[in-house]
Amino acid sequence: MQWDIVIGLEIHVQLATKTKIFSGSSTAFGAEPNTQASAVDLAMPGTLPVPNEQAFRYAVMFGLAVNAEIGRRSVFDRKNYFYPDLPKGYQTTQLDHPIVGPGFVDIDLEDGSSKRVRIHHAHLEEDAGKSLHEDFDGMTGIDLNRAGTPLIEIVTEPDMNSAEEAVAFAKKLHSLVSSIGICDGDMSQGSLRFDVNISLKPKGSDELGTRTETKNLNSFRFMEQAIAHEVERQMDILEDGGRIIQETRLYNGERDESRSMRSKEEANDYRYFPCPDLLPVVIDDAFIESARDLLPELPDERKARFKEQYGLNDYDARLLSDDARIAAFFEEAVSQGKDAKLAANWVLGEFSARLNAEDKTVVQAPITGSQLGQLVARIADNTVSSSGAKKVFEALWNGDADNADAIIEAQGLKQVSDTGALEQMVDEVLAGMPDQVAQYQEEADPKKQKKMLGGFMGPLMKASKGQGNPKLFNEILVRKLGG
Amino acid sequence: MTISREDIEKVAVLARIRLDEEQILALENDLGNILSLVDELSAADTDNVEPLAHPLDAVQRLRADEVTETNQREAFQAIAPATESGLYLVPRVIE
Repeated sequence: MQWDIVIGLEIHVQLATKTKIFSGSSTAFGAEPNTQASAVDLAMPGTLPVPNEQAFRYAVMFGLAVNAEIGRRSVFDRKNYFYPDLPKGYQTTQLDHPIVGPGFVDIDLEDGSSKRVRIHHAHLEEDAGKSLHEDFDGMTGIDLNRAGTPLIEIVTEPDMNSAEEAVAFAKKLHSLVSSIGICDGDMSQGSLRFDVNISLKPKGSDELGTRTETKNLNSFRFMEQAIAHEVERQMDILEDGGRIIQETRLYNGERDESRSMRSKEEANDYRYFPCPDLLPVVIDDAFIESARDLLPELPDERKARFKEQYGLNDYDARLLSDDARIAAFFEEAVSQGKDAKLAANWVLGEFSARLNAEDKTVVQAPITGSQLGQLVARIADNTVSSSGAKKVFEALWNGDADNADAIIEAQGLKQVSDTGALEQMVDEVLAGMPDQVAQYQEEADPKKQKKMLGGFMGPLMKASKGQGNPKLFNEILVRKLGG
Repeated sequence: MTISREDIEKVAVLARIRLDEEQILALENDLGNILSLVDELSAADTDNVEPLAHPLDAVQRLRADEVTETNQREAFQAIAPATESGLYLVPRVIE
């Protein structure tokens, strides 16, 4: 039987505020356990929450970036459950009146098509603390530094139909929240966490199947694996005539296994009710407009501008615009080099390959955009050949000199483009290879002729000590051999 | 409206409260009375009334994003039953 895969995501995004959502405790990462857990965070009797304005501003910025309606009046609710890393015995969250209403994100797929994924809503809530299960003689250790860190939980509609689409959405969202500056984007520290809802239905059917939720995936790779794993698990059950139980599952990426965490039958009954400690938060036009003013250029806007301004194709424009830092590097390069297509090729080719090989991010690169741009300018004006340019790039990367011109000079990589000098070299080389010249001239097939040109290029490059402009050599050769 | 014994037992589990037989019987009666009162309120026509999120007709004030709390771990942990390496220790929880 053929199945359709239906995927919806819930994404927890830690907001990059300096302090917690309801207290003035620092949210800085890496502090000693419980040194950033105040009386409010510990739920000491008599304490009251006071919401952080910046958390609302960031949530509104997110809403504007995903074309969503902003909740003008948002209300906090209590979601009640017991767990030691939740000192109050409830999580303060938003149920019926979230800060961000319906919106959408368009994702680009590998085959060049794009797809719209609808956002159901996004709400503000507080993170829980951390439980450490090891090393305490049968006890669990609790660190409440993270308790009260502001989160937005983003809930999508079930609009994705493959692991590829879900991962494309997750990456797009990651790039979006990082580039608008509301989240540090560091997935290794749990700044973004993904829960994946998956169900299968017979191909073409309108009726959704029973779904499972796989929780707390914190890398794109694990997310892709977890989806593949869960789809296969459900398919096996359904094809054996079984039924899917609605449950929450945990995925172990190291072992590619999943296990049930709790089923819906024993699921928590959260007994939500409006939080009496907090009044409704009213967001006015002025607040929304001030949040809009803080939004930088969004990746989609940047992509459109790159296509328009630099004449890039869709694919290059997307790769260069997703990450604001790569986009800035590229634009710095273009400002020196002028030839945008060539600059794009170098940023996405040699430069990106080198970053990957050394596991560096663009800000850790030893060269600047304008250094690469100067090199691109020298390729564009024929000062240096593309093979020579690779040597210059290498030297720039290794810090041998701080600009392309100095390296070209020092290593003698300057290309000879003086036509008179090149013509003379061609004459001399051809004079020394009469048999090959005759063979070329007797050959009737232009394709074969073209191949034979290569036989002359080697001696020519040698004669010019590698500095002859290959393009000009080629032109002169064709002219002289043809005549 | 009445509340069933099962409802009381379920809520007791959710609230982590252990009830004995006598308490369950008393609660059936007390909670039943409260629910009857709610039933009376339910008779009021509220079709054109916005649900109330808070009894005060006021708007929440927000706080600037500035660190105002200092580290008082020592004071807080002085009253904790068990701590180690700065962590609060609790009976082992396995998810």
